[in-house]
Amino acid sequence: MLVFIGATILCFIIWLLFTFNGSIWQWDEITAGIVFSIIAGAITEKVAIKEYRSLSPKKWLYLIAYLPRFFYEMAKANFDVAYRIITGKIKPGIVKLSPGLKNNLSITILANSITLTPGTLSVDVDEAGNLYVHWINVKPEFFEEKDIKCKCRYVCSTFPDWARRIGE
Amino acid sequence: MMWELIYVLLGIGIFFNLLASVGLLRFPDVYTRLHAGTKCTTFGSIFVALAVMAYGLWKWYDGDEAMISLAIHAFFALIAILLTNPTGAHAIARAAYRSGVKPAKAVIDELGGEKND
Repeated sequence: MLVFIGATILCFIIWLLFTFNGSIWQWDEITAGIVFSIIAGAITEKVAIKEYRSLSPKKWLYLIAYLPRFFYEMAKANFDVAYRIITGKIKPGIVKLSPGLKNNLSITILANSITLTPGTLSVDVDEAGNLYVHWINVKPEFFEEKDIKCKCRYVCSTFPDWARRIGE
Repeated sequence: MMWELIYVLLGIGIFFNLLASVGLLRFPDVYTRLHAGTKCTTFGSIFVALAVMAYGLWKWYDGDEAMISLAIHAFFALIAILLTNPTGAHAIARAAYRSGVKPAKAVIDELGGEKND
């Protein structure tokens, strides 16, 4: 029921934002919005994973704190890929990472962060939570490093720590 | 002043989208092409969407009230791109690997031999 109410309200707010055109809404727009929000909320109730732990405000604060850091890494790496496109200097390879994350949410956040940061692309994940990442420029230091934590640092800086804070 | 800002944002966006198309032609195999074709387009599209948002907010501030919807729609399009782009890239890469495409010129392939169906 909580999921139904939350999803309905969220859908209705998005509907209002989409139909806003500078002046106040008409009644027919609002009525149609309520009807469609209830339909969407009822469907969400059926498919949603009911895990309320991820709703705690601390995690949302961590997520907001994570965004600037993430966009900084993304911009930095974008220039790296732009350089590789122009010069054609690539050393591709698929490497295995063991970030040691437990639940699905944090692994999803980490995999999406890795994919959105240019230069790395998560290809697969196995049951133990190991990520297989396609890396466009494999650094030789990566193989000499024995510590698993430091290994992750070459590919995705401190993203695993952030994913752990947000997701677990 | 606003026009210059919009032109700069559009210029950066189009530059990265152009680089993405150049990368699609230059790179050797499907994985490296995915790098060019998904990442640079995301970064480029962020700037194009920012330019549209700046234009919409500016015209709204100047008194054309309907223009706020342009900025809102561009903002939601940006969120949709940011959410779907990594998911799509991941799906394509995984499907390519499972159908037997090996990474070209790879210096290492630690996923090889780990067929976990």
